[in-house]
Amino acid sequence: MMALWRDMPARGRALAGLLLVVLLAAPLFADRYLLSVLILIFYFAYVGQAWNLMMGLAGQLSLGHALYVGLGAYVAAMLWVYFGVGPWLGVVPAVAVAALAGSAIAWLGFRFSIEGVYFVLLTIAFAEFTRIAFDHIGAAGGAGGFFIPYQAQRLGEWWNLRGGQRLFYYVGLALAIGGVILTAWLEGSRLGYQWRAVREDQQAARSLGIDILAAKMKAALISSAMTAVGGVFYAFYYDSLFPAQVFGIGRSIELILAPIVGGLGTVFGPLVGAFILTQLGELLTAAVEKLGVDAPGAKALVYGLILMLIIFVRPDGVWPWLARACGLTGRKPGRAT
Amino acid sequence: MTALLSVDAVSKRFRGLQAVDAVTFSIATGELFAVIGPNGAGKTTLFNMIAGEIAPDEGTISFAAARIDGLAPDRICRRGIARTFQLVRPFPALSVEDNVLIGALLRRPAVAEARAHAHDTLRRLELFDKRARRASALTLSDRKRLEVARALATEPRLLLLDEVMAGLRPTETDRMIAILRALNGEGLTILLIEHVMRAVMALATRVLVLHHGAAIAEGTPQAVVRDPAVVHSYLGAEAFG
Repeated sequence: MMALWRDMPARGRALAGLLLVVLLAAPLFADRYLLSVLILIFYFAYVGQAWNLMMGLAGQLSLGHALYVGLGAYVAAMLWVYFGVGPWLGVVPAVAVAALAGSAIAWLGFRFSIEGVYFVLLTIAFAEFTRIAFDHIGAAGGAGGFFIPYQAQRLGEWWNLRGGQRLFYYVGLALAIGGVILTAWLEGSRLGYQWRAVREDQQAARSLGIDILAAKMKAALISSAMTAVGGVFYAFYYDSLFPAQVFGIGRSIELILAPIVGGLGTVFGPLVGAFILTQLGELLTAAVEKLGVDAPGAKALVYGLILMLIIFVRPDGVWPWLARACGLTGRKPGRAT
Repeated sequence: MTALLSVDAVSKRFRGLQAVDAVTFSIATGELFAVIGPNGAGKTTLFNMIAGEIAPDEGTISFAAARIDGLAPDRICRRGIARTFQLVRPFPALSVEDNVLIGALLRRPAVAEARAHAHDTLRRLELFDKRARRASALTLSDRKRLEVARALATEPRLLLLDEVMAGLRPTETDRMIAILRALNGEGLTILLIEHVMRAVMALATRVLVLHHGAAIAEGTPQAVVRDPAVVHSYLGAEAFG
């Protein structure tokens, strides 16, 4: 984290500081709608960051990260509803379950050299199995969904994540900032360099003494654990969980768009991507309503086209370009931020 | 003379092809040992068995008095044997400095300390001024030296070099020869697999000649090139032409 700050040029520090102050003060002047958009941005920045560790740094593509969101969400929600275990405590078993699942899938894939597109299929398959399983688990509400009941007397119990929008706004902001700091720290660590070596060339990495199975397992473990924390947030923010919504492949894809658009393997990419995409989605919804377009899928079509355009124009993501354009690239030569 | 590396009756067969046939040799600490031979002689297979990429079918390989045959490449590297690749494979999207840093992190877990060691190594290989460049942007000659720098940063006791001179221009070859000679002069043991005879003649203290997977001669470079079997099988007129 210190390195992140140290390598930041003065202009970057000023901008980061300004942004932080504005975001911290936002609930004082922003309306409910804007805050809800910002909460979404924080959520997608955070889970995107978690996925980015595995794909952007270690080069292992997962299209099943919704599994870890879902497991984190269900475990914490069920512990709360059935046993009254608050999410600050419940997050521990939630993370443990997701990390176990993440490690098991990674071990199956990496140990038996299921690489590339086959590994991707494996991650999709496990998320789908789990979705179908949760459709039939009665205690988890099955396909009908699982709900955290509204209890007016509990509002304000911030220690149980029971509260209004402001609470979730600040928790979301803390998650997004925490995600950036954790990524920056990991990126500059020995493990971070080992991950990049594995991403670039596994055979060469091995010849330099790197245990590539261990490096990839650590990536999967940390990434799934981190994603599960996002799931706990999701569960207590929405108070309702449906297997089709939580575990669906659409969810997995949704959460990888921000880091791809923002810049794979970069510390700030997922945050920038989440800002762009969430706003874009909201703007399009508003535009479609204003224009009175009632063709189904019109919004998705335009969204898709704009997404393609962004990827086409900035294949490395928006953040590396933005950082250069604003003179925010680190002072250290040759080190991508 | 205690052997740092002992290769004892090592064989490897691919389907019907006897790639390496009962090869035996040993390298003492401080030597600069070369393995030469025509294309398809089994040099790279032998190299890959020492580096752990493939396990021998028969025979044993010992390093510092411990068996290493069949160990995975990363474990071999941790034992103190570092290698380069014939077709260079730097980490393309990373800077020259980070490439070498990753090597240095093996023995120096603290990143700052490893970076300092990487800088030293880059200076040795005359790449320090190019440390901020992306590895993919380097010329072949620079990439070959980067490959050596990265391997060297793991602080090996034995450095395995797979045709590091291939594709270099004569002046670049001389530069590499000077660097390797200096490293060897400081006590680093080097095993060189090489096609460029000028480099072998200039550098090697001993040479092993492979032909059709078998060792046909061993000795000083001067003795080996006069060996009739070697001249007949491999060098001939073409090698000096």
